[in-house]
Amino acid sequence: MRNNNKSGMSAEAREMDGRQTAKRKMEEEPNRLIKQIAQEKYKYGFTTDVHTEVIERGLNEEVVRLISAKKREPEWLLEFRLKAFRHWQTMEMPAWAHLTIPEIDYQAISYYADPTAKKKGPKSMDEVDPELIKTFDKLGIPLEERMALSGVAVDAVMDSISVKTTFKETLMEKGIIFCSISEAVREHPDLVKTYLGSVVPFCDNFFAALNSAVFSDGSFVYIPKGVRCPMELSTYFRINAANTGQFERTLIVADDDSYVSYLEGCTAPMRDENQLHAAIVEIVVHDRAEVKYSTVQNWYPGDVEGKGGVYNFVTKRGHCRGVDSKLSWTQVETGSAITWKYPSCILGGDNSQAEFYSVAVTNNYQQADTGTKMIHIGKNTRSTIISKGISAGKSQNSYRGLVRVAEKADNARNYSQCDSLLLGSHCGAHTFPYMDVRNETAIVEHEATTSKISEDQLFYCNQRGIPTEDAIGLIVNGYAKEVLNKLPMEFAVEAQKLLTVSLEGSVG
Amino acid sequence: MKAEQQYIDLFTQYEGMINQHSAEVMNHFRRQAFEDFCRLGFPTRKQERYKYTDMAKLFLPDYGLNLNRLDIPVNPYEVFKCDVPNMSTALYFVVNDAFYSKALPTGHLPEGVLLGSLREMAEQRPELVARYYGKLAGTSKDAIVALNTMLAQDGLLLYVPKGVVLEKPIQLVNILRADVDFMANRRVLIVLEEKAQAKLLVCDHAMDRVNFLTTQVVEVFAGAGSTFDWYELEETHNATVRCSNLFVRQESDSNVLLNGMTLHNGITRNTTEVILTGRGAEVNLLGMAIEDKQQRVDNHTFIDHAVPDCTSNELFKYVLDDSAVGAFAGKVLVREGAQHTSSRQTNRNLCATREARMYTQPQLEIYADDVKCSHGATVGQLNEDALFYMRQRGIPQKEARLLLMFAFVNEVIDEIRLEALKNRLHHLVEKRFRGELNKCQGCAMCK
Repeated sequence: MRNNNKSGMSAEAREMDGRQTAKRKMEEEPNRLIKQIAQEKYKYGFTTDVHTEVIERGLNEEVVRLISAKKREPEWLLEFRLKAFRHWQTMEMPAWAHLTIPEIDYQAISYYADPTAKKKGPKSMDEVDPELIKTFDKLGIPLEERMALSGVAVDAVMDSISVKTTFKETLMEKGIIFCSISEAVREHPDLVKTYLGSVVPFCDNFFAALNSAVFSDGSFVYIPKGVRCPMELSTYFRINAANTGQFERTLIVADDDSYVSYLEGCTAPMRDENQLHAAIVEIVVHDRAEVKYSTVQNWYPGDVEGKGGVYNFVTKRGHCRGVDSKLSWTQVETGSAITWKYPSCILGGDNSQAEFYSVAVTNNYQQADTGTKMIHIGKNTRSTIISKGISAGKSQNSYRGLVRVAEKADNARNYSQCDSLLLGSHCGAHTFPYMDVRNETAIVEHEATTSKISEDQLFYCNQRGIPTEDAIGLIVNGYAKEVLNKLPMEFAVEAQKLLTVSLEGSVG
Repeated sequence: MKAEQQYIDLFTQYEGMINQHSAEVMNHFRRQAFEDFCRLGFPTRKQERYKYTDMAKLFLPDYGLNLNRLDIPVNPYEVFKCDVPNMSTALYFVVNDAFYSKALPTGHLPEGVLLGSLREMAEQRPELVARYYGKLAGTSKDAIVALNTMLAQDGLLLYVPKGVVLEKPIQLVNILRADVDFMANRRVLIVLEEKAQAKLLVCDHAMDRVNFLTTQVVEVFAGAGSTFDWYELEETHNATVRCSNLFVRQESDSNVLLNGMTLHNGITRNTTEVILTGRGAEVNLLGMAIEDKQQRVDNHTFIDHAVPDCTSNELFKYVLDDSAVGAFAGKVLVREGAQHTSSRQTNRNLCATREARMYTQPQLEIYADDVKCSHGATVGQLNEDALFYMRQRGIPQKEARLLLMFAFVNEVIDEIRLEALKNRLHHLVEKRFRGELNKCQGCAMCK
C-alpha cells in the first residue's frame, strides 16, 4: 500500500501529493489514474500480524459454552446464549431481501478470535500489544493520550475482543458507564440483565438469533439520569483474523433527561474469502432523553471482480420508551460486499421522535438492502426518513422501509424521502417502502425519485474548469449533504472523503 | 378440508364435462393449469404478492358452478337500464361468465371486428384465438390464474383488425345472476392490431342477494400504434368476492389507459400486469376505491419497462370509511437498457375512521441509469386548513368535507377520456359519498 509507506507525512499532505501526481499522470494518460485509484481504493485492507487465539471452526452447543466460559460469564448469560442457539437451529436464512447471497457455511467460520490472548487483558496503554496500537493508529483511531485533544472517547474492538477503551475514568466521574459489554456483564450485571435482549429479542430474526448465541464483544453505554455526555462516544470495530466472523453487540441505555452521541466505525482487511459480520445494536431511550447514533460503515467491500468482502447482516433497533424521547440514526454505508441492515425505531413513548438519515453507496459488485422501520405506538410521535442511495458499477442498491402506525398512535406524523442516484447503466436502484396505517389521524408521506447525474450539471462544472471526476465528487457530496450534515464533525469529514473514494473510477 | 381440495376434486371429477362445454383452444391449457394449481395451492399471506388478502379463505366456502352451461333465465334489458345519459354505446351483456347473444345491439360493427362469446369464436376462428389465448396469463406462477384457466369455459373476445377505429365505445355489463351461492370464471381476450382503436367500459353488477365469487382473467394485446381504453366500474354488493387478473402487452407507440373504479364491493383483489415491449409505448394506469363498512380493495400492479423510451403513469386513490381496508402494492420494473424511461407512480389515501386501514407499498426496481422515475404515497386526512377556509365562507362542515372528498377522487375521474362517462361518474361518486348510492345504480332492484 502506497499510503502506508509514506507514514511520515500528514494525511492532508499525502493527499495533496497524491492529487498532484495524479493530475500529472492524468495529462499523460487519462485512464491510468482511474485504474490506479480503482486498485488502491480500499486503504484499510492491511492485516495486523499479532498472535490471535482463534477457536476451532464450527458452531455447536460446545462452542457457545466455550465462548461463554472464555469470557467468564454468569450462568444467566450462558442460558440466554443457549436459548438463542437452540432457536437459531430451527430458523432458516431470510430470503426476502433483494440480495443474492451465496450459500454460507456456518460451520466453516470460527466464532471467537482473541488478538490480546498473549497477555491477560490490557490494563494500561503500555500493556497492549504495540502491533494493535499501530493498527488503530493506521486507521486514525485516537487511542493514545496525545489524541486526547480530539475529545472523543473510543472503545476499540478487534475481532472478538475490546482492545482498549479511552477516557473511561473521565466519564465515570459523571456516572457514565462506557466499557466493553463483557466488562459490563461482570461489573454491571443488573443493568445488562435488565436491558439485554429487551429491544431485539433473541428470536427476532435469523441473524439476531445467531448473534445472541455467539456474540463476543461490543460496547455498553449507560448514561444516568439528567447527564449530558460531555464528549462523543465512539467504537471502532475491526476484523483482523482470517475465517472468523465478527458478532459484536452494542447496548446503549439513556436514562431520563440524558443525552449521548455515539459513533461507530468499522474496517476489515482485504481477503479473498467472504467474512461474516452479524451484529446487534440495542438502544433504550427513556423519558426526555436523546440518543444520536452515527455509523460510518466501511467494511472491506470486495475487489472489482466482486471477490471477497464482508457480509454485513446487522440488526439495529432503538426503543423510545419514554415520553418526549428522541433517537436519531445516521449512517453512511460504503463498505461490505452485502449489506442487510435496517436500523429501526419503536416510538413507544408519547411525543417521541425518530430520525433516520442514510447514505448508501455501492460500487462494483456490492449489494445493499438497507432502510429502516418506524413503528409508531405512542401519541403525537414523529419520524423522518431521508435515504440517499448511490449505485455505480454493477452494484445493486435497495431501500426497504416500513412505517407502521398503530391504532393508538394518534397524530402520528411521518415523512419519508428516498432518492437514488445511478452512475452507470449496469447498476440497479430499488425502492421498497411499506406503509401500514391503522389510525385515521396519522399523516404518512413517502416520496422517491431516481435519476442520474445530468449532463447539464457536468457540463457546467467542466466549463468552469472542474474535471469530470471532481465534478462527480462534488455533485454526489451535494446530493448526500442533507445526511452528511447530520454527522458529527470528525465523521463528516471522513464520510465525505469516503464517498468520493468509493466512487472514483466508477464513471466512464 | 383445505381450500384447494374441493377444486381439485371438482376438476378431477368433471374434467370431461368442462371440456365438452368449452372450446378446444381453451381446453388445451386445462391440464397444465390443473397441475400448476395443485403444485401452487392458494397463495398465503406469507407470499409477498398476496400479503394483504387471504385468498384461501375467500375460496373456502362452497359455491355452485354452472359447468353444464345451463341457460340462466334472465333478460338483462329488463333488469338493467344503462344509466349513463348522453353516452351512445354499443351495449353487450355477459351473464355470469357467458356472453349474452340473444339480444345484440343494432348497428353493425366495422368490417372485420369480432365481438362475442370467446367459446364460439374459438370454435369458428381457432387459429386466431390460439395465437393469443393464454399467452400472457401464465399459469405457472399464480394459482388464481391457474384456477381460472382450469375452470373457465367461456367469456368474451374482442378483435379489432389493423387500422380499424371503433368510434362508439363498447359497454359491457357483467351481470352476476344466481339463486344459490355462485362462482363464475370469466375469461376475456382483447386483441388490437396495428393502429386499431377501441374503448371499452365494463360494469360489474350483482343482481341477487347471494354470495358471489368471480375470477376473471383478461388478456390485452395492444399492437403497434394502437389506442385502447379500459374502464372498469365495480358496483356489486357486500357479499361479492372479485379476483381479477388483467394482463396487458403493448407494442411500440401504443397507448393504453386502464382505469379500475370500485364504488361498491365486498372483497376485491385486482392484479394488473403491463409489459411494455415496444419503444414509445405509454400506459396510464388509474384506480379509485371508495369503501366503507367491511369492504376491502387490494390493488396489485406491476409495470415492466422492457425497452427504452416508454412512459408509465400510475395514480391510485382510496377513500376509506368505517372498517374498510385498502391495500395498494405497485411495482415498476425498469430493465437493464430501458433508457429514457419515464415513470410516475402516485398513491394517495384518505382514512376517515380509526378502524379503517390502509397498506401501501409503492416499489421501484431500476436497472437503467438514464431514467426519470418517481413514486409517492401518502396516507392522511382532509386538510384542516381547507376545511376551515370553507367553513369561514359559510359552507357547513359536512358539505365542506364532501367537497374536499370529491376533489380528492376527481383527479382519477378527470383522466377518463369519455366525456359522458366522466360526468356520470362525478354524479355517482357524489351520491356514493352522500350515502345515497346504497346498491348498484341502474339495476332494477333498487328502483
